[in-house]
Amino acid sequence: MKEGYELIYQRPKTLTDTRMHYCPGCFHSTMHKLMMEVVEEMDLQENTIGVCPVGCSVFAYEYMNIDVQEAAHGRAAAVATGIKRIHPDKLVFSYQGDGDLAAIGTAETIHACNRGENFTFIFINNGIYGMTGGQMAPTTLVGQKTSTSPYGREPAKVGLPLKMAEIVSRFGRVAYVERVSCNTAANARKAKKAVRKAFEYQLQKLGTTFIEVASNCPSQWKCTPEESLDWIKDHVLPYFPLGVFKEPEKKEK
Amino acid sequence: MGEIKLMKGNEALAEAAIRAGMQAYFGYPITPQSEVIEYLAREEPKHNYVLLQAESEVAAVNMMYGAGGAGGRVLTTTSSPGFSLMQEGVSYMTCTEIPGVFANIVRGGPGLGTIQPSQGDYFQAVKGGGHGDYHVIVLVPNSVQEMADHVFLAFELADKYRIPALILSDGAIGQMMEKLELPDPVPYKPNKPWATTGKTKDRERNILTSLYIKSEDMEIKNIHLQKKFREIEANEVRFDEYKTEDAEVIITSYGLTSRVAKKAVDIGREQGIKLGLFRPITVWPFPKGRIAELASRDDIRFFISIEMSAGQMVEDIQLNVCGKKPVHFYGRMGGIVPTPQEILDTVQSHLKE
Amino acid sequence: MPQKGYVEISIEGCKGCNLCVISCPTDCLVLNTSDTNSFGLHYATLADEDKCIACLNCAVVCPDAAITVYRKIKSA
Repeated sequence: MKEGYELIYQRPKTLTDTRMHYCPGCFHSTMHKLMMEVVEEMDLQENTIGVCPVGCSVFAYEYMNIDVQEAAHGRAAAVATGIKRIHPDKLVFSYQGDGDLAAIGTAETIHACNRGENFTFIFINNGIYGMTGGQMAPTTLVGQKTSTSPYGREPAKVGLPLKMAEIVSRFGRVAYVERVSCNTAANARKAKKAVRKAFEYQLQKLGTTFIEVASNCPSQWKCTPEESLDWIKDHVLPYFPLGVFKEPEKKEK
Repeated sequence: MGEIKLMKGNEALAEAAIRAGMQAYFGYPITPQSEVIEYLAREEPKHNYVLLQAESEVAAVNMMYGAGGAGGRVLTTTSSPGFSLMQEGVSYMTCTEIPGVFANIVRGGPGLGTIQPSQGDYFQAVKGGGHGDYHVIVLVPNSVQEMADHVFLAFELADKYRIPALILSDGAIGQMMEKLELPDPVPYKPNKPWATTGKTKDRERNILTSLYIKSEDMEIKNIHLQKKFREIEANEVRFDEYKTEDAEVIITSYGLTSRVAKKAVDIGREQGIKLGLFRPITVWPFPKGRIAELASRDDIRFFISIEMSAGQMVEDIQLNVCGKKPVHFYGRMGGIVPTPQEILDTVQSHLKE
Repeated sequence: MPQKGYVEISIEGCKGCNLCVISCPTDCLVLNTSDTNSFGLHYATLADEDKCIACLNCAVVCPDAAITVYRKIKSA
């Protein structure tokens, strides 16, 4: 460090030194970092248990320096339920992608939310199956081309993209729902604040907390990381608007 | 002397689980085992276990995975179609080495089948059941007493070997009432340093995963699991014998049909036929060694396996008799229990061969 | 000497996604396209330290937590 300067930001200790395998510009990495910063700032490393999904973030446990259980595809919410029921005072989160949370694991998601399971969902919605090679997701936008919707998603054939934040905010025992993104520095700061609020509400035992991240996938969207930010702004956010859908002591949107 | 009660098999299992220090039960109702969750729901206010009716068997087994991985002593019970749904989770738990106790109160299949008792899930139970190379410990009670005793044993073995343990019973034993002596409660003292309880400063983080993306690592994991399976085979085989000392015919049977077979042994002996019963109490690990010993005995003419299936355990008998003696089979399917007379008639027809 | 602050970017930790560069309000970061790290990737670098205002934008958006930020200590 140069003399006369102070350190104001460094990589959180709650991230391991392992280089993340994600593609350049992937918000999985950004969210891992922001979540682990919150765990560090709240001094929760000893009291946090994470659940990782199947999908690109299947290796999330390599990077998060906390206890983690790797769930079967779609079952993270059930696994998190089991952990939280045994350790009601620990911080538990379920980190899931759109295929995991909103397709194969929809039943587990809906019922965990309906029970008001007191853990935090971090839902990475990038509208595509990244790891398996860019297939259509339940949240793929209308007209968006993927390897299994090569002519664009057709609602008449496969329905409309699922708005999970909106859906789960209707459950009485869900405490806090916000959709965030990391497409700008301002939004990334809001994403981190949302994670912090979710963790705080969880520790206050207010019910299910659910953070949906309007995320990206430069590799499977076939664009540069920079272009993926434009796609989010121009196409994703108009359909998946950012904001708080539910919050304790606040009126529902 | 423990408490003497008259109970249904399913209720005995539930009460035993409470006494064995069960911390969490996750399950989904299915006939003929719903009495377990109903009993636990009634008793819940008196104890401090977690009871959760899951949205499906798929969710239930994954709640087991989570809670068991977090160090809890966990139980689920189900019946055949439900256990099929759980198989993915059982495979994950076996590879991740998360202990947990399952009970499959078997009903007739395949498909939706019947709610009557069956032993048609033997292959699924002892040959793996889900994907990948694995086994779970399989205990086969033949009485309400054993429905209770095996819960204690299953929890103990599951924790000792970090493996799922399965109580493979059937609709008749689950539903019937018998007198039993309830085991005294044993306080559960968890010693699971591998569990996900939060990374403290004095240890590395605990990761529970069954993902080994590099083939070399996956093989190392498999070698480790196989070594554990061999250790269990060496130490945990359990079986029971009845009048086998001088028997010329060995009936092999487990669970409900072993009781019918025992009656057949007594009736047969009254008629001068030297019958004996070999009853596995663990069907995985299978009592391979003892079957092989019996097969080498000169005075034994043949084996006959009696099952409520199309013939499943009989394959393990054949494997271990290894051609030294004829191995016959008699079974009923679809929820029908064979009678002692049917068994004797079959034995007599083979004696004439 | 930097005026308000400066950043250090881990060459090996950077994947060259350029998100920090476009988030910088003072355009003091650039993607070094004339060199690569051991992964064969271009990496971002602080080109004009006089312009850095230690606003943290780059560190906030960096997916790989490869950026460390320092701020000038205000004299009493």
